[in-house]
Amino acid sequence: MAQISADNHGLRLYTRYAVLVLIAVIFIFPLVFMVVSSLKPDQQLLADTASLRAFLPVGDISLNNYTAAFQRAPVGLFIMNSVIVTGVTVVLSLLACSAAAFAFVFVNWKGRELVLSLILATLIVPFETIAIPLLLISSQLPWIGLDGLTSGWLNTYRVQIIPFIADGLTIFLFVQYFKDLPGELIEAARVEGASWGQIYRRIVMPLAGPVLATAAILKFLVMYNQYLWPLMVVQDEAYRPVMVGLQYFFQLNIAWGEVMAYLSLITVPVLAFYLYLQKAFIASIASTGVKG
Amino acid sequence: MASITLKGLKKSYGNAHVIKGVDITIEDGEFVVFVGPSGCGKSTLLRMIAGLEDITSGELNIAGRVVNDLPPKERGVAMVFQSYAIFPHMTVRENVAFGLTIAGDSKEVKDAKVAEAARILQMEHLLDRRPSQLSGGQRQRVAIGRAIVRKPEVFLFDEPLSNLDAALRMDMRMEIGKLHKALGATMIYVTHDQVEAMTLADKIVVLKDGLVQQIGSPMELYHRPANAFVAGFLGSPSMNFLDVEVKAVNGNKITVANSALEPVEIEAKTGSYSVGGKARLGIRPQYLTPAEGAGQLHGKVALTERLGAETVIEVTLSNGKPLIAALARDAIFPIGTEIGLTFTASEAHLFSE
Repeated sequence: MAQISADNHGLRLYTRYAVLVLIAVIFIFPLVFMVVSSLKPDQQLLADTASLRAFLPVGDISLNNYTAAFQRAPVGLFIMNSVIVTGVTVVLSLLACSAAAFAFVFVNWKGRELVLSLILATLIVPFETIAIPLLLISSQLPWIGLDGLTSGWLNTYRVQIIPFIADGLTIFLFVQYFKDLPGELIEAARVEGASWGQIYRRIVMPLAGPVLATAAILKFLVMYNQYLWPLMVVQDEAYRPVMVGLQYFFQLNIAWGEVMAYLSLITVPVLAFYLYLQKAFIASIASTGVKG
Repeated sequence: MASITLKGLKKSYGNAHVIKGVDITIEDGEFVVFVGPSGCGKSTLLRMIAGLEDITSGELNIAGRVVNDLPPKERGVAMVFQSYAIFPHMTVRENVAFGLTIAGDSKEVKDAKVAEAARILQMEHLLDRRPSQLSGGQRQRVAIGRAIVRKPEVFLFDEPLSNLDAALRMDMRMEIGKLHKALGATMIYVTHDQVEAMTLADKIVVLKDGLVQQIGSPMELYHRPANAFVAGFLGSPSMNFLDVEVKAVNGNKITVANSALEPVEIEAKTGSYSVGGKARLGIRPQYLTPAEGAGQLHGKVALTERLGAETVIEVTLSNGKPLIAALARDAIFPIGTEIGLTFTASEAHLFSE
């Protein structure tokens, strides 16, 4: 009897692993295909797609596609632009949205329920709806910089950053997380004399690690994948991000090997960032039930 | 000097009136316990004093200042919470020093004050640990340490022992009592445990449904309860209440009886009575003794609990009503035995309906 149940247990375990391996393979193969293809000349790349050789670094392997990609487009500049825009937006977004959520959850003020529901309502408005009005506004906004007072934000980093700092989803993530923090911690800090700013900085933020990681990764992906908005507001190559840069490889004769090389290169920052936050991210999924 | 005065204090959430007008005067250095059943408003009242709840109306005065609209940090109070509320991301040392850090004290001052608090609470060896590495009792010490290190004029305790096991609860209760003697600060302590109230308090405030039922020293409340609620709330096992009929009224000497009770004359301390009216006679289980004969009350033993030092028996009276008696020492009363019980009239309490 015990033998049968042990066998059953083993079988179930194998089935489970088989399913997991299959899922892992489905997720990893596009990446493998991308990296492997980036090493092959176009002719072989297209021929290999008919067989499993597509996933194997065999045949005429070289880094020629990478050299060609760098010649065709300023890859380094695009990656740098994207990393600047994404990095600054993520940091500012975490600060602004957590502070907003803090005010919604812990500070008692008239109308906070209404304001929060308005913010959450923005979640159902697609970006495409507001893109044109936002473009018109951005093109007229003033700015005080090194050149004094200027008008119009087009062709800058800030036009790619500032509209995306505050967003409903990030505020919602923080609100949900803060609601689960024990209220007595905040009350104890208040009785001990801490101001709201001190409670935010010394109590709430140090305890917000998991939600910071979740929000950071979600924001990072959105910002790094920006395409429509920079296409609209950035004509100057100097401020162009990676996704818009992809267009350089789809003009006249499409070189798939170079496309794959470019994609492999621009995937590196994403993987690096994800690996960096992976531990905290998994912990946060377990604790908040939010999937990235 | 931190005396506290509550004048006509009220608290409402919309149409729900939680505190319905409370007047309490707390002297400097006094240990006051707010006690009452769940939902009586005792914790809300404490939180109003701390500044964590708004005051709907009335006046709260701490150390001669009206503090109704002051934030908690300006009231000179420290609070110990039921869940301890110690910060999980800080060490014990950082937790205890939190208020000092916020106040901007130098490291030397903080170290000295933390060391002093740790010595008083015997937790020097815990200072570099994280809260997750502490037991419940140790966490409670940390919470108390955080409260005493700032030397506040008023300490507020919100059911601080209810998450501890029975043995630890008794130890900590004694320590809090000693701490009060050592610090001489004004302390307000909320509990639903009448033993904590009786043992710790200089003054007990009994609350029910947002109203003060009685204020007085533990023995005053025990021996001279103002109403049946206070009488029933304090003392363990609870006071027995017999529904009786008034047979005669002679000044404040009232003669009462019912089908299971021989007529007995009781000196009434509260209420008004008229012949033929209903009343409730309260007798503490400890004041009942077995009678030689039939006694004033008689019935059959329904349950016996032998605790060694005393024996608690439940008697079903001849009119079918239950009565609890706590008899001295170990006594054997088999279930079903006929028993007669007597009491001294001066130790019984009469309450009008």
